[in-house]
Amino acid sequence: MLSPSDLGALFLTFKVAGIATVLMLLFGTPLAWWLARTRSSWKGIINAVVALPLVLPPTVLGFYLLVLMGPAGAVGKFTTWLGLGTLPFTFSGLVIASVLYSLPFVVQPLQASFTAIGEQPLEAAATLRASPLDTFFSVVMPLAKPGFLTAAILGFAHTVGEFGVVLMVGGNIPDKTRVVSVQIYNHVEALEYSEAHWLAGGLLLFSFSVLLVLYTALKTQPVAHPLK
Amino acid sequence: MTTIQARFQLDYGDFKLDVDLKLPGTGITVLFGHSGSGKTTLLRCIAGLQRAPQGKLEINGHVWQDSERNIFLPTHQRSLGYVFQEANLFPHLTVRDNLNYGLKRIKQNSGMVKLEQTLELLGIGHLLERMPGHLSGGERQRVAIARALALNPEVLLMDEPLASLDYKRKQEILPFLSRLHQQLDIPVLYVTHSQQEVAQLADTLVIMEDGRALASGPLSETQSRLDVPLAQDREAATVWQATVAEHETDYHLTRVDVVGGSLSLPAVDAPVGTRLRVQIYARDVSIALETPIATSILNVLPATVTGIADGREGQTVVQVQIGNQALLTHITRKSALMLDLQIGMAVYVQIKGTSILN
Repeated sequence: MLSPSDLGALFLTFKVAGIATVLMLLFGTPLAWWLARTRSSWKGIINAVVALPLVLPPTVLGFYLLVLMGPAGAVGKFTTWLGLGTLPFTFSGLVIASVLYSLPFVVQPLQASFTAIGEQPLEAAATLRASPLDTFFSVVMPLAKPGFLTAAILGFAHTVGEFGVVLMVGGNIPDKTRVVSVQIYNHVEALEYSEAHWLAGGLLLFSFSVLLVLYTALKTQPVAHPLK
Repeated sequence: MTTIQARFQLDYGDFKLDVDLKLPGTGITVLFGHSGSGKTTLLRCIAGLQRAPQGKLEINGHVWQDSERNIFLPTHQRSLGYVFQEANLFPHLTVRDNLNYGLKRIKQNSGMVKLEQTLELLGIGHLLERMPGHLSGGERQRVAIARALALNPEVLLMDEPLASLDYKRKQEILPFLSRLHQQLDIPVLYVTHSQQEVAQLADTLVIMEDGRALASGPLSETQSRLDVPLAQDREAATVWQATVAEHETDYHLTRVDVVGGSLSLPAVDAPVGTRLRVQIYARDVSIALETPIATSILNVLPATVTGIADGREGQTVVQVQIGNQALLTHITRKSALMLDLQIGMAVYVQIKGTSILN
């Protein structure tokens, strides 16, 4: 069965994923909106940067984050100057790394559903006295609901499943940065296969259920996302 | 009287818009032209959905755009109603919530009263709880018109509101638009490429071509201008205002008064005094130099030749004046030569057929 340290890892995992998902929706929504609407020549570059974690080995991303946020890195120097110390091997560092790692899973479905809405409802809203911000909340958000659902679920699930980035940036500190995937790794290293089974099986079941719910819910309203 | 003043210049390379129009603040002004003539672009510039780099727009004394003073009011701050070619209802809202969407965003005063009246006028009261996806094309467009009107805007802009509908749906909506016209005092700018809609709805006509306004003015005056290609068209026609004067039931005829005389029409089911639009096709009008004594044609009116131009394939287009009303006629070039028509000549026009538009 699950030991207290397993439960701690589970709790920590969901905490990281929850906070990261909220942050990704918060930052990803305006970013996706901009990407869906802009004609700027920056669009291509930003799109590529956001999508990088999809193709990059997590260890590469983790390595650069580690260097950047470390005492000699630009971000590290800044956070030290702010009096926050450095971020690697902390809960905050783990959340930041997770956000960057899973961002494409949030931005891409949002961007696709924003693009699909098109110009017409926005123009109709403008002729009915709605300001652009008002239009976003009263027309775009309801019409992009499937996109938001997909983004939240994929962002959360993908963060739960991360390993490489966590190991590089977070390390293996119980109750602080030791998430489920790392805990499974520890069990296997210690040849505790039955403990590993419980956690691995749980994660498998969780991931499958999430995707099943997602695809069933979206069956009637298809929306583009990076898994398609 | 309030007016709409619109001057826009924009250049997209392969398309240029260059117009300077002064339009009346009442009735329906139709912007007529083929696709690519710039009529929709003009309408979008008036709505602020598109921004012409050079432009000045004044509606009822309110400046909506003045590029020299760097004024450009965004669309949502303009008191306008806009009906799109596709109804463009919000798919996630019921008909009622679609109608209320704009109302909630203006300072409510006469809004609700106006809405009741509009629902009645457009016959959509029974659709309020439906979702747009469950409406027919005609119903959707009626809801869209009501949604725009509910705001009681200073101007109503309509971009080919009937173009996406089939013939039957068009016939279903046109009467609503005519009624609207009679019962509301909001000026309407109406974009179309259909001559039928021009004839049925326009008070003022603006003819657009290649991004410019070829002609603009009162309907019959503009329709009968010889310097616009419309005059040569096979379907060229003049629309007159008429008033029902008398029913000749024995003959199944109705006599109507027009400027400069009266016309006998096939019986019209409308009380004496009713205002009608009568459309006279140029091909249905012939010219005689003397009063035809023995003729089967009932409608003969004295007229003065005011313009002569070449028409298509052996045709001559003659513009005549009856009272102060213009009329177009298409005759053969041979007849024009035989009659030796000259500007200023007194002639008689014989009108073979007319159609009543409402």
